[in-house]
Amino acid sequence: MTVTRRQILAFGAATAAVTLVGIPVSKVLAAAPEMDAKIKEFTGGATPGEGKLTLTAPEIAENGNTVPISVSVDSPMTAEDHVVAVMVLAEGNPSPGVATFHFTPLSGKAEASTRIRLAKTQNVVAVARMSDGSVYMAASEVKVTIGGCGG
Amino acid sequence: MTKSRVNPVRGVGHMGRTIVSKNEIKWGLSVSLFGVGLLSVGLLSVGLSIAPAQADPVDDTLVIDGKEMITRTAAPEGHPFKEVLSGWLFRTEETRALEADSFQNPAMLGVDEGAEIWETVEGTAGKSCASCHGDAAESMAGIGAHYPKWDPETKRPVNMELKINQCREKNMGAEAYKFDAREQKALTSFIKYQSLGDPMSIDLSQGDMRAWWDKGKELYYTRTGQLNLACGSCHEASMGKMIRADHLSQGQVNGFPTYRLKQQGLVSLHNRLRGCIRDTRAEMPKAFSDDLMAIEVYVTWRGTGLSMETPAVRH
Amino acid sequence: MANVKPRVKVPKTASKGEIITLKTLISHEMESGQRKDKEGKPIPRQILHTFTCAFNGQDVFSCDMEPSISANPYLEFDAKVEESGTFVFTWLDDDGSTYTAESKVAVS
Repeated sequence: MTVTRRQILAFGAATAAVTLVGIPVSKVLAAAPEMDAKIKEFTGGATPGEGKLTLTAPEIAENGNTVPISVSVDSPMTAEDHVVAVMVLAEGNPSPGVATFHFTPLSGKAEASTRIRLAKTQNVVAVARMSDGSVYMAASEVKVTIGGCGG
Repeated sequence: MTKSRVNPVRGVGHMGRTIVSKNEIKWGLSVSLFGVGLLSVGLLSVGLSIAPAQADPVDDTLVIDGKEMITRTAAPEGHPFKEVLSGWLFRTEETRALEADSFQNPAMLGVDEGAEIWETVEGTAGKSCASCHGDAAESMAGIGAHYPKWDPETKRPVNMELKINQCREKNMGAEAYKFDAREQKALTSFIKYQSLGDPMSIDLSQGDMRAWWDKGKELYYTRTGQLNLACGSCHEASMGKMIRADHLSQGQVNGFPTYRLKQQGLVSLHNRLRGCIRDTRAEMPKAFSDDLMAIEVYVTWRGTGLSMETPAVRH
Repeated sequence: MANVKPRVKVPKTASKGEIITLKTLISHEMESGQRKDKEGKPIPRQILHTFTCAFNGQDVFSCDMEPSISANPYLEFDAKVEESGTFVFTWLDDDGSTYTAESKVAVS
């Protein structure tokens, strides 16, 4: 079998189609053991729920060197009930850790934005830990494109 | 489909990488691997280039610190396009937002540094820029929007970088900045930032500016390098289309020095021109050489009427 | 590291109990430790690894940063202010340097 450019194009399109489907959290974890270990350390083994935590990241990043992301957690942010921390991970980077935001009731809101490096198209994952020990998780796929003629 | 069958394609991808200078690679991930891994994505986007929705510049308004920028305007007489378009219109929502918020714009760190340099005494004359020019917000307002200018002494056009160097050598008794010195990019950005929003235009009636414009035009359409590309091949004939995963703009210069996400820092115009020429796999002319100055004169004219966006944010 | 300069954006005034948005930007290469120099030798990691924000001496927000944070780190977050006071922003560098910035807010 010889591979033509047309077939490679078709293969690329098929790959893209598959990755457009949503990402179940369990699948994300199974695919990245190092990240899984970091999450377990952060959550103390609690099973993450879904919801409450929103991770905002571009669907397509123009350059993997500077990708804006934000996290936001639905919480009253009182002394009794607040978000303690949100950890952000990038499963496809040389090391999955990106940042951990630590909040206090003085934060007022559990929201933070920053800019991150992504080595390739991959899932960005956020995990939130609340003051009652419960944890929430969200993931978002970011496609990292290679530039023009200079790459 | 076996992996080995794909190898010839990988080979092509690798060849493409070999000409890229190591300085370009800001992060030490194996960029060649990166290239290979994403080759299918690259090819995919070539496939997508036929979809007009992917290629058209956006319909959006750029407002920086309450000032509305002219990102789209009628082209000057004799221009190949009807409308000139800022590169901002070709970028993603996230990148556009970075430029629109002057606090988030990371290039403003360079502008701040330029403001400090403006006040710093250097050289044997014991002067800073401010010693003669005072408050840049007044003395430099609108100035940067009209470079390159004809310089009767050297009988050449000068751009902002060369003008700064002349001032340093002649008036301050300081050394000229080397091309792309951090300070050169910072001070150039700071001075041009004083013209933020002003429509760009250059005076072609001075000295031999018209002849330099002619030369610049000729170079703009001259195919060069192993890829046999002229500036116009991408930025005129293919404007609005995709080149791999990148969106081809008109190649306007109204935002330089500009923050490029790829380099994670300020990039000067001549650095970018050289990069573009390198990507055609041609010999690169030196910064501030006659060739690049002629191209600067010509491409600045091609953006006549666009607001100065220095320091812009691009991919 | 030379040329490390923080920029911070804090509203000058706020009303009591208001939640205000704070923005910070700092010039830093955030050398990841993954790159190689021209001779092919690895360039050692040097990043800002910790950021903290305190208001009148009390912790508001902090962030542990890894090499996957982009050069010239940008952070945006919020603070609830009940009284006038001073925000102190601190960045810790791998090389032991500390960079700080301060900003006052008047609460009425």
